Amino acid sequence: MSTQLRGARPQAAIDVEGAGARVVLSGDWTLSVLNPRCVDIRRQLEAASGAPAWDLAGVSRLDSFGALLLWRAWGRRRPPQLVLPEALESVFGRLADLGDASLPVEPPYRFLDATAHLGRLLLGLVRHLGHFVVLVGQLLLDLLYLLRNREHWPVREMSANFYKVGVKAMPVTALVGFLIGVVMSYLSALQLRAFGADTFIVNILGLGIIRELGPVLVSVLVAGRSGSAMTAQLGVMRVTEEIDALTTMGVSRYVRLVLPKVVALTLAMPLLTLWGSSVAIFGGMVSAYVQLDMSFDYFLNALPRAVPVANLVIGLVKGAVFGLLIALVACHFGLRVKPNTESLSANTTASVVTSITVVILVDAVFAIVTRTIGLPYR
Amino acid sequence: MNAARNTLPVELKGLSTRFGSTWVHRNIDLAVPVGEVVALVGGSGTGKTTLLRQMVGLLRPAEGEVRLFGEPLFAGSRAEQLARRRRFGMLFQQGALFSALNVFANVAFPLREFGVSDEAMLRDLVLLKLAMVELGPEVALRMPAELSGGMIKRVALARALALEPELLLLDEPTAGLDPDRSAGFVRLIRALQKALGLTVVLVTHDLDTLAALATRVAVLSEGRILAFGPLDEIMTVQDPFIERFFHSERSQAALARGRSEI
Ligand SMILES: Nc1ncnc2c1ncn2[C@@H]1O[C@H](COP(=O)(O)OP(=O)(O)OP(=O)(O)O)[C@@H](O)[C@H]1O
Ligand SMILES: [Mg+2]
Repeated sequence: MSTQLRGARPQAAIDVEGAGARVVLSGDWTLSVLNPRCVDIRRQLEAASGAPAWDLAGVSRLDSFGALLLWRAWGRRRPPQLVLPEALESVFGRLADLGDASLPVEPPYRFLDATAHLGRLLLGLVRHLGHFVVLVGQLLLDLLYLLRNREHWPVREMSANFYKVGVKAMPVTALVGFLIGVVMSYLSALQLRAFGADTFIVNILGLGIIRELGPVLVSVLVAGRSGSAMTAQLGVMRVTEEIDALTTMGVSRYVRLVLPKVVALTLAMPLLTLWGSSVAIFGGMVSAYVQLDMSFDYFLNALPRAVPVANLVIGLVKGAVFGLLIALVACHFGLRVKPNTESLSANTTASVVTSITVVILVDAVFAIVTRTIGLPYR
Repeated sequence: MNAARNTLPVELKGLSTRFGSTWVHRNIDLAVPVGEVVALVGGSGTGKTTLLRQMVGLLRPAEGEVRLFGEPLFAGSRAEQLARRRRFGMLFQQGALFSALNVFANVAFPLREFGVSDEAMLRDLVLLKLAMVELGPEVALRMPAELSGGMIKRVALARALALEPELLLLDEPTAGLDPDRSAGFVRLIRALQKALGLTVVLVTHDLDTLAALATRVAVLSEGRILAFGPLDEIMTVQDPFIERFFHSERSQAALARGRSEI
């Protein structure tokens, strides 16, 4: 169809008359006709470019692409004798007005720029930290304000966020937790049976999951699921100027947007951790039953003896701290989004990567600080 | 001339649109002839933007049919559809610039997609398009977020013009432009029309522009086309909406201003 249509239009043609003294153009000089034959046309124009007389009376249509081709062949000025239909005047008028305008040039990259680039990276890091401190400080100030003005608590937003990051995350947490529990139990059971130490499966699963794996696993899931969503939401609100609209109405972005997310995730994470760890242990229990023939009764009775309750407390505290960090990091990056899609995607990625890294770093700190607490065999 | 030139660039046949349970359009018939500037007017929320979106296939009608250049928009192979799509350009109400690309790359985007690969040619073309909408080369490297509302409109128009379309669909092209720039827009469209026989469908509330540009006016009201014809004919139609839209004192003044520009 398209070729038919193109075929139906008169093709651009160049006829040179009088031994190169006069050039007669005809047909359609438009982008869709010219672009496929651009090289050919340009060569013909080049060959004819010295001619003093040009006749464009036979041109049926001429758009700015065609005009530009001619203009360049003419050396950016009108040839001495030009026959130009009145309707085509404006195109060449615009080209003449354009002169030889060029894009603003960017200075070339020098060695010194590399140093400057490095310096800017470092300063950027410092600015990140500064911004983060401002975020935390502002949140604390807003909390103080809210403690004195009870009616300003964003309770609805908190509950909505709690539902989004907590309740809605339960199925995926359960699925992943269950599978991890099964796998861990299966692998440990293989080893333990070799030593005849079957009953230690309760210790391994209990300690490992409740103290360590549960909180970290749930944090990674939540960072990917809710952290990215928070960053993206705040980012889009930046892009669409919704945050500016809020500010104009005198609504603090920290109180209305950041605080509910932070509070909701800090409260939801311990509960999610509890849920995730429970399901993981259940998975381990099922696997132990299948592999080692260990009854549920025995497992559940042995669990409190093998795992001091301090471990549960550590697990839940870790959950709360990780939740707080994930939400803070997510909001930090969300509020840094610049109004374009590239920045949105970069910040969302940075948010998830940073929060997972921070969670694992802080987990290591926890491991060192709590090394004397809740471990039965030392 | 040949048959291809005489087919209607836009033809709506019995088109109805529904969002949920509300009907926005009911049985709309509209035929836009080649080389005409059709102004689509109507109250806010009467479905003008929706109608433009139907024309370019962003929205499928609940009933009826849209034909562009004599064929259904989605007819034919992928290549044919693409060729058809390259024959029209659209200016969105909010500009819809690619926020991750600078002004230059935004305007160059359709050209690069089309296969213009000569960088020097591309640069001149983009600068020319920007000059057409009265923007200088100094804005070319700015990002869309660094532009004013009116500038966004003009860059978006330059992008819509990039592929030299035969049909232009413009959603409120002069909203956000100062009167001087609006006059410049009118001059630009008129010049393009003279040189290329461009067909334009524009949504506008700006009576100056309407009176200066439109060869026909389609009035959209209560989900149907109330009247379609030259402005003078429309003005004689007896209808409360037309009465309010065209015959108030302010409208008369604006129309007179627009007419004097011709
Ligand atoms: N995606 C959508 N879902 C539901 N309703 C919609 C949707 N898009 C538009 N509408 C409704 O369709 C109607 C027409 O909208 P449209 O944007 O076409 O109006 P318009 O004539 O362009 O108005 P304006 O002059 O204010 O731009 C409105 O009542 C709007 O609420
Ligand atoms: Mg609209």
